[in-house]
Amino acid sequence: MSLRGDWLERNGKWFIIFPPLAFLFVFFLIPFAYAFRISLADTALHVPPYTDIVSVTTDGHINLSLNLGNFKYLFADPVYALSYLYSLKTAFFSTLICLALGYPMAYAIARTSKSTQSILLLVIILPFWTSFLLRVYALEGVIRENGLLNSALLWLGLIHAPLQIMRTTTAVYLGIIYSYLPFMVLPLFATLEKLDRSLLEAASDLGSPPWRAFLDVTLPLSMPGVIAGSMLVFIPAIGEFVIPTLLGGPDNLMIGRVLWDEFFGNRDWPVASAVAIVFLVLLVGPIAVYQHYSTKELEA
Amino acid sequence: MQERVPYSLLSILGLGLALIYVPIFVLIAYSFNASSLVSVWGGFTTGWYTQLLHNDQVLDAAWLSLKIGVVVSTCAVVLGTLAAISLVRFRKFRGRLLLTGMVNAPLVMPEIITGITQLLLFISMLHVFGWPHRGFTTIVIAHIAFCTAYVTITVRSRLMMADRSLEEAAMDLGSGPVRAFVDTTLPGIAPALASSWLLSFTLSLDDLVISSFVSGPGASTLPMVIFSKVKLGVTPDVNALASLIIGAVGVCVVLAGYLMRRGERLRLQGIHASDV
Repeated sequence: MSLRGDWLERNGKWFIIFPPLAFLFVFFLIPFAYAFRISLADTALHVPPYTDIVSVTTDGHINLSLNLGNFKYLFADPVYALSYLYSLKTAFFSTLICLALGYPMAYAIARTSKSTQSILLLVIILPFWTSFLLRVYALEGVIRENGLLNSALLWLGLIHAPLQIMRTTTAVYLGIIYSYLPFMVLPLFATLEKLDRSLLEAASDLGSPPWRAFLDVTLPLSMPGVIAGSMLVFIPAIGEFVIPTLLGGPDNLMIGRVLWDEFFGNRDWPVASAVAIVFLVLLVGPIAVYQHYSTKELEA
Repeated sequence: MQERVPYSLLSILGLGLALIYVPIFVLIAYSFNASSLVSVWGGFTTGWYTQLLHNDQVLDAAWLSLKIGVVVSTCAVVLGTLAAISLVRFRKFRGRLLLTGMVNAPLVMPEIITGITQLLLFISMLHVFGWPHRGFTTIVIAHIAFCTAYVTITVRSRLMMADRSLEEAAMDLGSGPVRAFVDTTLPGIAPALASSWLLSFTLSLDDLVISSFVSGPGASTLPMVIFSKVKLGVTPDVNALASLIIGAVGVCVVLAGYLMRRGERLRLQGIHASDV
């Protein structure tokens, strides 16, 4: 009994640790290693449509054929670099606009009474629970040529011909801002709500005008919220597929769309894998490093 | 905090809320439009809703998505809770850094990359082991992987706040560690388990990109059907479907929030009562 008890005490925790560790290892981490392997293979006409990089020849030698051509192709064909840069640019500017709109919203909510706050927060969170795809579709109903926005502007006499918003860059920006605004507001609210108001009073007692107190006190103290909110908008925006496909035009080639087409349209799996690997290194590497240090800072 | 909020701030708040809600209300209004032309108001009808009830493609997809959602969120809550317990309670173990990385990574990983890589793995697994066939199984596995991450984050933060003294008392009184945990800490983190189940369910129900990659012929989830319909053009029955989904989710979330808040209040009252 005591022997078994000892063993359980020492190793019992593995019954808890092992299932999630093994599951995520097999179905989340190994796929990336696998994609890396396929990115080094050649396109082939059989199923699955790529060659094996490791093969055993008839005389028993193991043959390793690495094909760096997929990666070279990515740098040779400008569409990949351009769509990646375009995604960065779109994500960056939509994050800025979300911040400009979300900051005053969070600030206003933080200044209302506690009971109003909880209602307003629920109102902000609610759309997040409803389908993302359907919200993008709903936006189309407002901005399409004969949609609500154009009808309203025509009726008011502000414009004389319907504005073409659908299938333009504006529509992509509107879509991203519309979809991700709640992600910006919530972390901003969380930091602004905790803000110690006596600091602002002290600033005003010492003669700071409100705008100066805002710049010197509120803004620096809300930086964690600004960063968290910006990451929550920027990261999903950069890999966005649904919004540029449904709302954007042929010019709005974001990397997510290119990947999708490469995979389903051209069936070129090695190149798609190579794009995924490069994307991963370019995007997720820096984020992981950033997260690593920011959690360290939090723990310290 | 109570003081007058400047009108400029309130108007931006109003603008933001309008941006979020106007499209949804417009969509719901259109779903009752008798005219199939979006620009014309042809009178009130519930015809699109009845038409939806006879659309087998949509009904099958909805049923598939619900089944996937229930299986996924249940498994993800179990795995995510185990992961959260591992990370909070066992300070040092081999693979801790790996587990931390794997529960954080899906939150920052673009869906499209997760989808592609998982599809590649499934295809070669099928090639080598003859399992899993693309469809229900692969979608479930792929969804569990990213939902587990969300569950872990939610449960972990709750578990870190949990008071361990009750659990230690139970162990002093002779309970085994598992029994002590189930009797004392588990009821305390139950609200977090419930909300992370709901979160996983909606994330799974809503996922388009990963499902599209890992699914096989014949297994189309609801978002996949909606996406293909929407891409083809405006279809009034999608308006009806969307209104139904948004309505159902809205009611569920408000109700769940209310119940959770009430449960929490009752629990706190219970604790205070036992103090006296």
